[in-house]
Amino acid sequence: MDYFAQQLINGLVLGSIYGLIAIGYTMVYGIVGMINFAHGDVFMIGGFIALITFLILVSIGLTMVPVILLLALLVAMAVTALYGWTIERIAYRPLRHSFRLAPMLSAIGMSFVLTNFAQVAQGARVKPVPPIVTGGYTLYEGPGGFVVRLSNIQIVVVITTVVLLAIFTWLVARTRLGRDMRACEQDQTMAALLGVDVDRTISMTFVIGAALAAVAGMMYLLYYGLVDFFMGFVAGIKAFTAAVLGGIGSLPGAMLGGLLIGLIETLWSAYFSVEYKDVAAFSILIVVLIFLPTGLLGRPEVEKV
Amino acid sequence: MGPNNILSVENLTMRFGGIVAVNELSFAAQRRKITALIGPNGAGKTTVFNCITGFYKPTTGAIRLQHDDGAQFELQKLNDFRISKIGKVARTFQNIRLFPGMTALENLMVAQHNTLMKASGYTFLGLFGLPSYRKAEKEAIDLARFWLDQVNLLDRADEAAGNFPYGDQRRLEIARAMCTRPALLCLDEPAAGLNARESAALSELLLAIRDQHGTSILLIEHDMAVVMEISDHIVVLDYGVKIADAAPQAIRDDPKVIAAYLGAEDEEEAVAVMEGEI
Amino acid sequence: MDTALPDMPSTSRKIDIAFILKKSLVSALVALVLFSLMIGIRTEAGPSGQLTYWTRFGDLAMMVVAVFAGSIVIEWLRHWWGPVETIRVVPPMAEKALSLAGRLVAPALLAFTFLVPVIFYDQRYILDLGILVLTYVMLGWGLNVVVGLAGLLDLGYVAFYAVGAYSYALLATNFGLSFWICLPLAGILAAFFGVLLGFPVLRLRGDYLAIVTLAFGEIIRLVIINWQSFTGGPNGVSGIPRPSLFGIPMTAADDGFAARLGIEFSPTHRIVLLFYLILALALLTNWVTIRLRRLPIGRAWEALREDEVACRALGINTTTTKLTAFATGAMFGGFAGAFFATRQGFISPESFTFHESALVLAIVVLGGMGSQLGVALAALAMIGGFELFRGLEQFRMLVFGGAMVLLMIWRPRGLIGHRAPTVFLKDNRAISSDLVKEGR
Repeated sequence: MDYFAQQLINGLVLGSIYGLIAIGYTMVYGIVGMINFAHGDVFMIGGFIALITFLILVSIGLTMVPVILLLALLVAMAVTALYGWTIERIAYRPLRHSFRLAPMLSAIGMSFVLTNFAQVAQGARVKPVPPIVTGGYTLYEGPGGFVVRLSNIQIVVVITTVVLLAIFTWLVARTRLGRDMRACEQDQTMAALLGVDVDRTISMTFVIGAALAAVAGMMYLLYYGLVDFFMGFVAGIKAFTAAVLGGIGSLPGAMLGGLLIGLIETLWSAYFSVEYKDVAAFSILIVVLIFLPTGLLGRPEVEKV
Repeated sequence: MGPNNILSVENLTMRFGGIVAVNELSFAAQRRKITALIGPNGAGKTTVFNCITGFYKPTTGAIRLQHDDGAQFELQKLNDFRISKIGKVARTFQNIRLFPGMTALENLMVAQHNTLMKASGYTFLGLFGLPSYRKAEKEAIDLARFWLDQVNLLDRADEAAGNFPYGDQRRLEIARAMCTRPALLCLDEPAAGLNARESAALSELLLAIRDQHGTSILLIEHDMAVVMEISDHIVVLDYGVKIADAAPQAIRDDPKVIAAYLGAEDEEEAVAVMEGEI
Repeated sequence: MDTALPDMPSTSRKIDIAFILKKSLVSALVALVLFSLMIGIRTEAGPSGQLTYWTRFGDLAMMVVAVFAGSIVIEWLRHWWGPVETIRVVPPMAEKALSLAGRLVAPALLAFTFLVPVIFYDQRYILDLGILVLTYVMLGWGLNVVVGLAGLLDLGYVAFYAVGAYSYALLATNFGLSFWICLPLAGILAAFFGVLLGFPVLRLRGDYLAIVTLAFGEIIRLVIINWQSFTGGPNGVSGIPRPSLFGIPMTAADDGFAARLGIEFSPTHRIVLLFYLILALALLTNWVTIRLRRLPIGRAWEALREDEVACRALGINTTTTKLTAFATGAMFGGFAGAFFATRQGFISPESFTFHESALVLAIVVLGGMGSQLGVALAALAMIGGFELFRGLEQFRMLVFGGAMVLLMIWRPRGLIGHRAPTVFLKDNRAISSDLVKEGR
């Protein structure tokens, strides 16, 4: 039971990271109807930028951890958002009204570009960082000596996720931008006729998605203490799996899917085998889609005849 | 069901969540006759079609079909594609569903899939171009040519269906349905978007299908001129319930139909529409 | 990187220098922000695991200047060419000439391919490259059945390639079965996996289908990596027998190919055999696909791509139609996999990553979905192009990914932009691919 509780905590933390990435997938899918294959790599870039910012901040003598974290978060979000914006401009906008597979292929190409760019620019070796947020609380000490711990970094990840989700939900539900986004999701032509700047709205969707991916990248960096140029691929596929599992296009679905994938992965590793954790996550995706073809919270697709 | 009826719908109910789209509907379509299903928008006509052709499973009720040779089917128990394959029920769609990237001829060849599939020995024999398959293919092309001629599209046989003007697409879809050699042809608003001349040609085509090919027709249509001219029998739906079921002349004079069909705001206008003037 | 602002409607072709400069300056600024940290600062883990960094402001400045200059060139070209959205109408005469040329390209290409081993007999490198290109031509043609004809988006095609390769490798190394017995077995096993994948995804559409096929591909790869006792895990399978010419080994032994013919042994003989083997397999794929397109099953695949609902209304069993498409495509992937195993003599899970699936899909889409010639040309362009950048090993994926983006923007419909009808009464006229649906 104690072991299970510990794994539950670990799974939820990992799930929060997946959920943050999944939101980017689901938003872009909702508004332009394409899988942004490069999104996993945007997450990776976010991790790198957070890492480099840390290094600079530490080397100029800053020692207050909360300040460092906040500054790094802001820089990573801003710069990565610009990556998201640029990618949309270069690779997706010219293909907006084209054949459906063309933007998907373009996205795959963009993903290769980003992976290789990071590899060339920062080298192929894994970049470790010393633990920045240390310490934690012991929640429970079992009679067998097993301890359920909640580390500070886990608290930071969960709180950051919750706060950002709250801000973000407010953004979509209450602001002009959110309204424009929902309008574009329904009908771009009509939205444009009613005075919504569709280009700008789509750009902003990519910007927000990339900023959230940067947050996920930084959380990953803090939690696992490393980044490498290839981490975007697997995390990206899993996050997309999470988005599909939750029902693509649905924001709460993305978060729910993320948490589920995180839990499945952690629990499977804990109780069955670490090697097959990804197989388990993907298999569950397939099984869920057989019974719920539009995911857990997705709108059922009514077949219009 | 009597032997004179090809189709009999019995106590058909279709619910979507809390909404009852069709409620305890019963009617019959006579063999070798044209039966029209009319009613205001949202009356549930297309839902009835979708139940008959297997795109929806009815909540309750039965849909019985009897071929000329006496073979009987309960359509609500057949899977979608089997209704066309075994039941010999063909349909067209309100928002035309052709294969736009394929030529008119190819569209009609796809309609003969099941015949050709058998002739090709489920692909394996056809792969080596056996003469028996080549003969079957030639026959299929001849049937396609015949129907292209019937709908006056023979010169456009090798053009992509997606390039056809609207009226031609409607006729091509009917030809495609006929290529499945149906016993019952279900047409969902075949005259929608057609001009007067095209509508007249359509009426002629449908009468020819009934008289020369022995195919029974079930028709949803808003164009009253067409309905009144060619229908042998009319069923009127309103809010998923049948409100009238009679010959065209009787329907024309039925005050209940006029009232329901047009909201009875303006009886003169209602009568005008029923007369096919608007 | 070009970060162009929205196109201004340019009424005149007069070059507005201030405008171009302004746009390029914005692009350069964006580049500065994007690259400042990623290029300006280089991080590396030191010997003790301590992370260190150094600055590379020179490189950063160079990149920003390059973006600025590139932007100017691109904007200037854009003024020359007019807005990107301009639709160029090809005159019918030109179209006729093009289609005539198109009809000649395929036979010429085929004749040339047959002669490659004769012309380049001494150039091992060219022969190897030819074999590689043909392998991808075959994979592209196989995937074309699924994606191009049936319109089912498959991002996990590499799984069938892997199944074929491992089938042959394991059957040959464990049971000593010959290549010619294993080849059909590999195809059948891969087809079986195709049906296995097909069943759960029958009801899925579009992007759900894409992600499930991608997941399937990853599952197969992960199982291969982890099921060490069966597949050899990450170490792969080595010592896979080379193919024989119907039982005559291509070795220097006394009963070898060279000895029997009484000619001097040369390792090139085997390469030439492999070349013609993959050529034959690819041509078989092509022949079968062309035949199938003209059979009811092939027409049903294309009809499925165009409109699934209409197919059902016409009495077509969409379940079996989809499964046969998956199985047929997978079978060809399996053949290609078996060939890959016998050619390499060694296989490991590294050869079957998502990257391969993406590459084959890119070949199919770039070729112009459904076009056999287009797929062959695209494979030649992609694999050949890839080879050109072999010297720039480090930047290969960068160039490859960038090329994919540019090619899609340049020709979203692929190289061959029309579909040939499968049957005609009088006039065999190609159909513009703008009308052709892309499946779901």
